Amino acid sequence: MKPTRFIDLVPHIVLIVGVLIFAYPIYVTLIGSTWDSGTIGRGGLPLWPGGQGLDNYAQAWAGEAGARAKYTPVRTMMLNSLIMALAIALGKIAISILSAYAVAFFRFPLRMAFFWLIFITLMLPVEVRIIPTYKVVADLGLINTYAGLAIPLIASATATLLFRQFFLTIPDELLEAAKIDGAGPVRFFIDVVLPLSRTNIAALFVILFIYGWNQYLWPLLVTSSGDMETIVTGITKMIGTGESANDWNLIMATTVLAMLPPVAVVVFMQRWFVKGLVDSEK
Amino acid sequence: MATVEIRDVRKSYGPVDAIKGIDIAIRDGEFLVLLGPSGCGKSTLLRMVAGLEGITGGEIAIGGRVVNTLEPKDRDIAMVFQNYALYPHMTVFDNMAYGLKIRGIPKAEIRARVDKAAEILELGRFLDRRPSQLSGGQRQRVAMGRAIVREPAAFLFDEPLSNLDAKLRTQMRVEIKRLQDRLRITSLYVTHDQVEAMTLADRILVMNHGVAEQIGTPLEVYQRPASLFVAGFIGSPPMNVLDGRIDDRGEAVLVPGGQRLPLPQPRPTDAGRPVKLGIRPEHMAVAAEGFSIEIELVEALGADTVVYGRLPDGETLLVRMAGIPTVRERDRMTVAPQADALHLFDAVSGRRME
Repeated sequence: MKPTRFIDLVPHIVLIVGVLIFAYPIYVTLIGSTWDSGTIGRGGLPLWPGGQGLDNYAQAWAGEAGARAKYTPVRTMMLNSLIMALAIALGKIAISILSAYAVAFFRFPLRMAFFWLIFITLMLPVEVRIIPTYKVVADLGLINTYAGLAIPLIASATATLLFRQFFLTIPDELLEAAKIDGAGPVRFFIDVVLPLSRTNIAALFVILFIYGWNQYLWPLLVTSSGDMETIVTGITKMIGTGESANDWNLIMATTVLAMLPPVAVVVFMQRWFVKGLVDSEK
Repeated sequence: MATVEIRDVRKSYGPVDAIKGIDIAIRDGEFLVLLGPSGCGKSTLLRMVAGLEGITGGEIAIGGRVVNTLEPKDRDIAMVFQNYALYPHMTVFDNMAYGLKIRGIPKAEIRARVDKAAEILELGRFLDRRPSQLSGGQRQRVAMGRAIVREPAAFLFDEPLSNLDAKLRTQMRVEIKRLQDRLRITSLYVTHDQVEAMTLADRILVMNHGVAEQIGTPLEVYQRPASLFVAGFIGSPPMNVLDGRIDDRGEAVLVPGGQRLPLPQPRPTDAGRPVKLGIRPEHMAVAAEGFSIEIELVEALGADTVVYGRLPDGETLLVRMAGIPTVRERDRMTVAPQADALHLFDAVSGRRME
């Protein structure tokens, strides 16, 4: 029937338009990374791939210098970002799952007070507490270290809340059955809570890895040497202030490379994610 | 195998007394059913035996050892929960083996014990499955298997059949009975289902408002209910209760309709005393003289028929007759109780008068 078909068509059109709007800049970036800087500099970037791709990527990956300026090689920056993002994601998951376990399963004095304390930090994003945090990190001598990059970003109220909500759905009887089976708090956590949290951990890992990977302000403050540059700050530093022309070909190649790990994480973890959902265990 | 002794056990939540002093000694191998309506404290009592609830007062001893301060795992008990409480991410085998694994029992012995339990419960084919791949009855069996492999001093059942549909419940009831005959492990079984209580129990503890109303064998509880509460709770349809008064010579009970029901034995000391008179519907029969009722409702259950009649003073009187209905709604009929089937209760305290 005609009207139904039209109605079926509308979402597709909207989605296709949306995809085009989102995909076009990425396509331009991809194309830009295959031309030489001169072509891009003249402002006449074609919409088809050029022949400079391999050279651009090789230079961005390992090279210390572009045609006009000196950069940290992408491989160094990617490694730094990878370490930071992994430390933040895994650290956040570890800390928040443990604190959620405490808040959800144990009765101790001031339990709710602690819960609210954690909750309140939600209202204080990194940017708000950035100066005191910087002071602390500097006093501890953690400037230009991986610890300095990752630790201040690890505490996470969001993940704690998420795990707590999930833990509250675990029936009390399960805990009681484990008590009777002789499992103490640590065993119960390792043998029951962790396996049941698999899908939540996978989902959080994806979100937190991308959150860590995309950190900009904090790495900008806490790293000053090129060795510790992360990829997100590195890209912006490659773009000059206008005093000289930019190596747009290298910048675009770097950008494309910077996108790969988050994409890989999403693609790889999605399998776990879906598997967890299909297994349907409550 | 062990005895379980509960001595003047009390439980308070702040100012609220949930359990007001229960005393019972459960013999080795005995199957005790805790029966009562919701909120009567039966589950709380069971959980206190398990160690999942603290004990406010009194003592609980398992196998002669006071366990008041022991952790659940040190009490040598196994529990079957209403919602089974199986570990969803473990296979049936691992679910049953988990408690043994924690206790450091050698792998070969765990294997042997689980296989044996699986054989008893006919779970052999399912050992590699997850709980989510099992039916309700099978999950129930796994939960019992988990208890059996532990070879505990006592089994604790917390309404284990109430999540099953009626047919499966009957089937599992028979299985529990068979299992108990085979294993003879001291068991405490909480239920609000009187049929489960009557069929499974060696003895029943009827609880109401945190108090033991009566402790006795199923037939004792049915034939000689210790209080009006027990009389009303055990038996379906419930016992008829009428206001009455013992006549001046202590030879009969007078009920408001003018009926005079002779007592099997005269009780001259109670002459003139107001009483509550209990008569089970199945102990009423059609008679030439007796209660004249107008039939309001006839429930044909196949094997028997329940007649809801109204007495002249407006009270409802239930009569249970064998076979298919022989009367119709709005008919009148006259019924009388069997002489030896009268239960007398104190009009004030509700306690049975012997």
